[in-house]
Formats: sequence, C-alpha cells, structure tokens
Amino acid sequence: MPSPYGPRAESGPPGLAAKLLGFCEELRGEGVAVGTSEILDAFAALEQVPWASQDDFREALAATIAKSQEDRRVFELLFERWFFRAAEAEAIERGVGEEGERHEGGERLDIEELREQIRQAIVAGNDGEMRDLARLAIAAFGRQGEGSGVVGVDVQRIRRTLELSAGTQPRAEDGAAALPPIDREQLNRFERHLRRELERELIERTETLPPSRPLAELDRALPTSPTQDLAAVHRAVSQMKRRLATLGHEQRGRRKAQTVDVRRTMRASLETGGVPMHLRYRPKRPRRPEIYVLCDVSTSVTSASVFFLSVLHALHDSFRKLRSFVFIERISEVTEVFEHERDFTEIARRISSEGGVADVSGYTDYGRVWLEFLTEISDDLDPRSTVIVLGDARTNGREPHAEVFAQIAERAGRLFWLNPEPKLYWNYGDSVMAAYERHCDGAFECWTTRHLENFVNVVAGGVPAAD
Amino acid sequence: MADAQTPASVAEAKQALAAADYLADESAALVSFLAQRLGKPVLVEGPAGVGKTELAKALARAGGRELIRLQCYEGLDEAKALYEWNYRKQLLRIQAGGEAGWEDVHDDIFSAEFLLERPLMQAIASSDPVVLLIDEIDKTDQEFEAMLLELLSDFQITIPELGQVAASSMPIVVLTSNNSRELTEALKRRCLYLWLDYPELEREMEIVRLHAPDLPETLARRLVEVVRMVRELDLKKPPSIAETIDWARTLLLMGAEDIDRETFEQSMSIIVKHRTDIDLVAERVGMKLAEPVRPQS
Repeated sequence: MPSPYGPRAESGPPGLAAKLLGFCEELRGEGVAVGTSEILDAFAALEQVPWASQDDFREALAATIAKSQEDRRVFELLFERWFFRAAEAEAIERGVGEEGERHEGGERLDIEELREQIRQAIVAGNDGEMRDLARLAIAAFGRQGEGSGVVGVDVQRIRRTLELSAGTQPRAEDGAAALPPIDREQLNRFERHLRRELERELIERTETLPPSRPLAELDRALPTSPTQDLAAVHRAVSQMKRRLATLGHEQRGRRKAQTVDVRRTMRASLETGGVPMHLRYRPKRPRRPEIYVLCDVSTSVTSASVFFLSVLHALHDSFRKLRSFVFIERISEVTEVFEHERDFTEIARRISSEGGVADVSGYTDYGRVWLEFLTEISDDLDPRSTVIVLGDARTNGREPHAEVFAQIAERAGRLFWLNPEPKLYWNYGDSVMAAYERHCDGAFECWTTRHLENFVNVVAGGVPAAD
Repeated sequence: MADAQTPASVAEAKQALAAADYLADESAALVSFLAQRLGKPVLVEGPAGVGKTELAKALARAGGRELIRLQCYEGLDEAKALYEWNYRKQLLRIQAGGEAGWEDVHDDIFSAEFLLERPLMQAIASSDPVVLLIDEIDKTDQEFEAMLLELLSDFQITIPELGQVAASSMPIVVLTSNNSRELTEALKRRCLYLWLDYPELEREMEIVRLHAPDLPETLARRLVEVVRMVRELDLKKPPSIAETIDWARTLLLMGAEDIDRETFEQSMSIIVKHRTDIDLVAERVGMKLAEPVRPQS
C-alpha cells in the first residue's frame, strides 16, 4: 500500500549524532550529570537496538544516560520535547508542509473502513499502525471547521466520531460477529497518538513550537500549604533522612587531624615486641549538636516552618538534643508535639490550635520573641548549642531588638537563619534581615527542598557553613 | 566477546529470561540485553522486593552461567570481597621448606596457590562465564565503591604481589541498590541504569500465575488488586512481589475461594509485616473487602 503522506522527511543517522548531543546538552542544563563516557555509551547502546522501535530507542538512551530516578524523570520530560519536537522544528525551518496530500488522503478514504482499521489496530496494539491511522483520522475528521484549537477537545471529538469507547462494544451491526472489546489502556494509547499528531499539526499551522520552560525547580519548591502534596513531603523527608544517615562516611577516610590512641597503639605494639610499628587512631565521632529551632508560624511562612520542623524531628537521632519553638507574637515550645505526632497535617493543626502563639494581631513580633526566648532558656545555651531561626524577618514595623538577638548569638555556639524568601526580597519593605544577619553564623535562603537539604547537611555534618 | 549464549535481540533476551521463570518488562529486558552486548555492568535500583536480585539469578539461569554473589554490608572490605593471602599456609610453607633460599620462598608464597579467592576474584578468575551479583551495594561505604571501579570498567583486579588478573571470560555484573544512599557518580558512570518498580497489574498477574499455577484466574486478579491497594497506603514496608507470591500460595493452601474480609485478616500477616502497618491495612483495606461478601452470606 503506497504511503499517503509522500516521501519521509530524512531523519537518518547523519543528523542523529548532533540531535543526541543537543539532547544531552539540554539534560545538562536541567542538572543531570551527563558525562562524555555516558554519551559514548549511549551511542554504543544505540548500535545494538533497532531504532525503528521507539521504546527500545528511549530505554537504551535512558539506561545509559539517566542514572537515577530523578534523572529519569527529567529525561522523560525532555525526551518527548526534544525528539518529537525536533522533527517539527526542522519542518518549520525548511518550510515543509504536507497540506495537499493530506486532504487527498482524507477524501479518498472510506470512513467505515477507517473505523474498522483503527479498531483492529487498537486491539492488536500495534503502535506504528495506530500512529499512521491517527494521522488519517485527523485528516478525515479533523478539518471539519478547523478544530477547536484545544488539542484535548479535538482528541475527544475524533474519538467520538470514530465511535470508539472502552469496554465491550455495544452493538454488532447487521448480524456481523460482535466486535472485540477494547481495553482502556489500549484506547489511551491511541488517544496519545492522536494527541501527538494533533500537536504536530498545530505546530505546523502556527509555525511555532509550544514554549519550553526549564524544568528545574519547577516542582521542587517547598510545599506552600500543608495539604498540597503530603506524599511529596514524606518523600523529601525520608530521602533527606537517608542521605544524612550516611553523611559521616565521607569523613571516615580522612587521615588528617586524627589523634593517636595511645592505649590501643601500645597494645598493638605487643605483636611487634613492644615496638609501636602501627599507630592506632581514635575513631572520629560525628558531632552531635544540641539544637534549638525557632520557627515563625505566622501565615506567610507556616508551611515552610512546619515542614522544616518535621525534617529536623525526623532526623532527631543525629542530634544530642532538639528543642523546637514556634512563635508569632509570643514563643511556645512544641518539642512534644513532634515527639508524639507523625502525621504532617495533624502536626500543623496542633501547632496552630495549641501553640498559643498569637495574642491579638497575629502579626509577628520578633523583638518580643527574642526577649522571651532569652529569659526562658538563656541558661541552657552554651557554646555547643546551635540555634536555628526560620522566619522572613518581617517585623511588621515593630521594634526588632537586634541587640537582644546579638546576646543570643553570643551565648549560643552557632546561630543560623533560614529565610523562606528568595534573597532578592530581603530587606525590602518591613524585612529587617540585615540587622539580624550581622549576628548570624550563616543566613540562608530556603525555599526549595534542595536549599533545605544543603542546610541540614551543614548542621548535621558539622561542615563549616559555606555560603 | 559475543559467545553462543548472547541474545541477538531484545525479544530474544526477554524470551530467555521468561524461560528462566522471570517475566521481565521492556526496560529490564532491554537493559539486560545491552549489558550482555556491551559488556557493561548493570546498576539496578528500586524498592525492596521487586525482583532486583531475582533478575541476576534469572540471567544466570538463562545464560547457563554460574551465579557468584557478594552480599554487601557495612564494613565489608577487600579482604572479604576481593582476595586474601592465606597466612597460615604461607607460614607453613616457610617452616616446611627450611633449607630453601629466601628468594625461592619469597616468590613462592606470593603465588596463586596461597591466594584465597573471594567472590569478586572468583568471578574474574573463573574460566567459564559467570554472573556476578553485588547485592545491596548501598550498604557499603564509599571506599568500597571506589575499589570496585577497576573491576567494573576493566574487569580486572590488581594484586600488588601478582600483577593484574584480567577476566578470561566476560562476566555479567549486576549491582543492586535499595537507594538508601546516593551512589558515587564514578560508579554510576560505569554502569547501565535500570529502575525496577512494582509491576503493572497484568504483569504481576502473570508472575503470580507463573509461580502459583493452580490459583484460579479470578482469585489471582483479586489478589493482585488487593496487593496494589495495600501498596498505595503509606506503609513502613509495602508488600513485595515475593510476598504476593507467598500470599497466593497461602490462599491455595487455605483453599480460599475469594478474598473476603475473614480470609484477608487471617492471612494478611504474610504481606504486611509491621504492627502499625497491620492496623492501617486492616482498617483501610479490610473494610473495603467486606462489602462484596455481604450479599452472599
């Protein structure tokens, strides 16, 4: 059967190397570490699989390029964008269109026959055929009134015109044998083909590619409301926990600045007749800091605070002591809530209902908070303790009492400030970040899980804070 | 390096695995095919109990290769993973050959005879092609990973006293990780990456039917559906494929006709293994199961 679409656009090997390199470049741009050796592997792998099969092609690339689940996710998103838009981009560049042939093909086709063919292709699950038929179907039905312009609507319209629905087929015409049932999953596949072809056509018509935006940070921002995505919160917490659990390992290999364990060295020397041939070192103990966390829970920063507290409490093994406080106008200790409650939403609810932190206005009063904090636990603060403040430093025009804050900084060993606002907004409006920042050992912006993770690394690992 | 057993295509690799009782999905089949064609190690990650270790075993069965397994744990060092000199035998040799010259003894006691081969060394030195399974690589520390690099990229091991031992036959190397920590870039770079996840409904059905062929199809479907429901909950340890199979076999033994609330509560401990999880599952899944039974009783 002659192809109704005319000659294929060339997409053979000469262009592929460049395409693939471009693709890797794009991946690097999204933060996936793709090394030269990975690219070489990808080419080697592609020699082994048939390119005609899209799945094999993609899997072969993924196995050699995307080396973690996160990478794989980015890979999937980009793969689609790069390889299936690349052909279209080139078509636009060269001004290639298929107008004439498509209409011809559409008109020549018998609708009933097309329906039957599509049905068969769907049941057989043949991707290549489905794709070809999807194009035919669009040619046949898609042009009645130019389409709605919304791809999803058009897909459903064409599906209905084709009288395709999942499950057992309602009618068998003219005493013919009952039509085989269509699986939902298979129908979805056909719809995906339809969608892609429609998008392709849209691109051709408007001669522009849909805007591509960078994926990084797109969905990695901190949860902005506790109900947003609990699963994501849990995932982030457990992931962080795992990473931090192995933190000490990096320190293990370092021989610098180790102290000799005299007792064990002497014992070991017995083997060599009392001559200390082998030095024994004291094992390096991980630093287990005492941590005091102060979190602003006024509406603007609640979720970031609760999330941060959850993370810290999930990690409480790494600290000798962990006490958490929340504040708005007043300060209140919530360590117990976290010890007894695991559920994120429940914690958020209890903090807001039992914290007793808002007096009248519900606006943060930093100055008063420092005073209260200092009177309550200044005796417990010593050089081994770390104080972490999470807040946006927006005083709502009240007295910031930076001098009291300085006293806290003096007593505590380390003092960090986490600001859930991007650095750009610091010191704008009523933010008095600069007044506090002077006294901190480190001030970090903290609005994505990655920021948070970096910070927790610094605190738990005892690595000097790098900006 | 293509020997007779190397599959010629992805489909063939998949068939070979299926013949070894392992129903691989597309990506698993493709990656194991690539591993054999390119001679590269495979890093398999995924939740516990999705058949990572089983994949290596199936590869061994499919290729008629011997499986050499190195189970990793914290504190594993090269003496236990690579090789060790047999000190006692060396001492004996020195004492026994009292009159031999120093030079002779010196050369002699550092020869292959006095070498204790540990799994990695065994895999390299074996004359028949093998499958080397390095299980739960994430349990070791980073130094150990670094030690593996030479093995993984060049399939050789350097022993200071003996020189380099290169593989005489290309082993298939499978590393598994539960993702409990980030592996180093250097290690990942040398491997093909495969993420195994819980199988889709149809495939898990097939797996259950393969391992418990006597189970009626309707019951098998019901069972897989329930297991999937349980996995959706936020559990400490979601049920693995192995546990699904165990459960299927248990149901066979119990002679259950359908999974109703009672059967479920009796046999639930096979798929759920934490006190808190059991409560949660009984509450969420058990309740749902009650409904279809009512009209019958």
